Amino acid sequence: MAHVALADKGQDLAHPKTWIGAYVWSQDHKVIGIQYIIVATAVGLVALALSAMMRLQLGFPGIFDLIQPNEYYSAVTMHGMIMVVFMLTAFFLGGFGNLLIPLMCGARDMAFPYMNMLSFWVYLASVLVLCSSFFVPGGATGAGWTLYPPQAITEGSAGSGMGIILMLVSLALFIVAFTMGGLNYVTTAFQARTRGMTLMRMPLSVWGIIMATILGLLAFPALLVAAIMMLLDATLGTSFFMPAISDLGEVSSTSGGTPILFQHLFWFFGHPEVYIVALPMFGIASDLISTHARKNIFGYRMMVWALIAIGGLSFIVWAHHMYVSGMNPYFGFFFATTTLIIAVPTAIKVYNWVLTLWHGNIHLNVPMLFAIGFIFTFIHGGITGLFLGNVAVDVPLSDTYFVIGHFHMVMGVSPFLIVFGGMYHWYPKFTGRMLNDTMGKIHFWVTFLGTYAIYLPMHYIGILGVPRRYFAYGTTLSFPDSVQVINASITIAALIVGTAQLLFIFNIIWSLFNGKKADSNPWRATTLEWQTPDTPPKHGNWGPELPVVYRWAYSYSVPGADEDFIPQNEVPSENSKHEVET
Amino acid sequence: MASTLIVLAIIMGAVVFWLVRQTLNVQPWAEEGLVGQHHAGGPFSISSAKIGLIVFLAVASSLFSLFVSAYFQRMDFGDWTVAPEPVVLWLNTVLLIFSSIFFQRARNAAIKNRAGGVKSNLMIAGLFTFAFIGGQLWAWQVLHNNGYILSSNPANAFFYLLTAAHALHILGGLWVWSKTVFKLQNKVEVYKVCTAVELCAIYWHFLLLVWLVLFALLLST
Repeated sequence: MAHVALADKGQDLAHPKTWIGAYVWSQDHKVIGIQYIIVATAVGLVALALSAMMRLQLGFPGIFDLIQPNEYYSAVTMHGMIMVVFMLTAFFLGGFGNLLIPLMCGARDMAFPYMNMLSFWVYLASVLVLCSSFFVPGGATGAGWTLYPPQAITEGSAGSGMGIILMLVSLALFIVAFTMGGLNYVTTAFQARTRGMTLMRMPLSVWGIIMATILGLLAFPALLVAAIMMLLDATLGTSFFMPAISDLGEVSSTSGGTPILFQHLFWFFGHPEVYIVALPMFGIASDLISTHARKNIFGYRMMVWALIAIGGLSFIVWAHHMYVSGMNPYFGFFFATTTLIIAVPTAIKVYNWVLTLWHGNIHLNVPMLFAIGFIFTFIHGGITGLFLGNVAVDVPLSDTYFVIGHFHMVMGVSPFLIVFGGMYHWYPKFTGRMLNDTMGKIHFWVTFLGTYAIYLPMHYIGILGVPRRYFAYGTTLSFPDSVQVINASITIAALIVGTAQLLFIFNIIWSLFNGKKADSNPWRATTLEWQTPDTPPKHGNWGPELPVVYRWAYSYSVPGADEDFIPQNEVPSENSKHEVET
Repeated sequence: MASTLIVLAIIMGAVVFWLVRQTLNVQPWAEEGLVGQHHAGGPFSISSAKIGLIVFLAVASSLFSLFVSAYFQRMDFGDWTVAPEPVVLWLNTVLLIFSSIFFQRARNAAIKNRAGGVKSNLMIAGLFTFAFIGGQLWAWQVLHNNGYILSSNPANAFFYLLTAAHALHILGGLWVWSKTVFKLQNKVEVYKVCTAVELCAIYWHFLLLVWLVLFALLLST
């Protein structure tokens, strides 16, 4: 069978004729990407509101009285699960993945547009199922985002009835949606690249998103297996995870199950999940920094290998989340070692970003501010990760606010800064308008400084020994009362930062109508998405001819060139010898 | 988690090996101009649908290896009592092998563009598959009637779980199979269903392999 490469077929996209066909049941990767972003943002705002309620309770216990202890646990659980899975994973892969992969690779659309559309609608269903669990009897599950059995499905804990079942069903749906999307991203990046776009000419954003997708495809099944088995435990009385429980003299029907098995399955997904969020963040950060520093990325090949190495290593570090589960000390030794090893490629990436900035022609545009802010927060969160990766340090710090401070810095604040940076960077391409600069700068400074006001004190009270997951502390001998003052100040900072995010949402809507008109390449960037004939790109992305790629994605400030950037698809002229210095 | 790690190490190893080979000696900053001849983009000379299927098979491998890992971990606990495997499983294994063989024959006929061969082989393969599903249900019935119910022992629960997960994958394949048969009934030309038949064949071989692994696991423990 003669093989027709996908990139060469091109013209047979079915253009929708109706408004509903173009914007609702759309098979256009750009519309699907925006749909993903809207839903992820909406559900992210729900999670933000939950965190505001939790902070008001912790900062001023007994004053606002917004939530009861059970609801507090539901809020903790839903905040974590929404932010990690339904917001960040969906935003980076469903949102940026859909928007960027075809455009950056020079394709007209995803490899399987219909499946891509299904992916979004199943994702939406999963979000709706998840949110419906707020309204069932017993409320949403309060098991913590790790959903550990037995308490997740034991009567008496928050949301142990319908709440946990809806959570598990919602996760299963999300995994189905992600798998459909992920098959698309991988196949598109491998098959639909345009002429001349070799693997090593791809922008690092695509590399990051693709490696994250591969991780997701291999890791999400672990969560699916855990969810299915827990569903059976909860509904049909099996004992995969459920041990025998004696409650007020009544012995449960379950016996012999092992919660540790669930922990293994959960973290076998859970740790790669950290990198599913982190790798696209790394990729996009690289592109933002290189573009706005007008300098090629330092060590491109090393950056690619670091992504690959982190992806591979991320599968053998999972048990560092389980140091306190009573494991064999040699086991802990092994996982502490792998955890420290994975810091090496990660550190290489950080050095390379800093070296890209070094002697660069730095433009402090809003996307660049977010990218530089990200370097700070990521180093901060990464280094506290080295603390926690060591068994001896982790054991006393386990389940304290130090852990909360660490993971919010490394996989809460850092990815969000890059999400914002990416939004400011690519918004002009997909709307034809620039986002308002002043609002953007206020948004950045409040968010960046505010997150330090929130999370630095958390490290401190964590070292004091303040445990996480508590509804209220009261007076205790184990740490000083002044912790309450710190908690109040954290709450005030959190509310300010939360409000700043509303400014960002306002900016997005306001600029859609009133923003400065953007030309097709406002940042003077090299990558293909900025070279489309139309802005925003039409269905099919390119005109009659696909672009042809002649160079890598980072030809900035090339000596001897007329401008400080050369687009990937610019035809090299005969007398241009600017690329010879190697 | 050892069995999962082995499967994932093989998959990740293949991915990393291929990627590193593609990227090892390339200096993208040093070269300009058009690289590659006609289509430098797609490194694989196979269709996108097949790539999609292969990626999906990697996902399914991960899924089943995780089930197997969970099986091994749960097995070590004292309350594990294995039920005797119903004899009908041997028959089912033979049925699935035959369906795989006939899918292969259908694929060969499709490549040679023989409409009649495709249709008849495809139908027979489907019948064998339905017989397999029926046989699995029978096995469930046998166990259930003998008192080995889902909640009575984790070994039983795993038996039902593994067979159900495998059967659901087969049902997914049968959906594609039924669409293809429907097209052939409507006299669609063979070359238009060639890819679908080929993908079905690969998928069935994969599921046969999975079943053999699961069956061996059930027999050996």
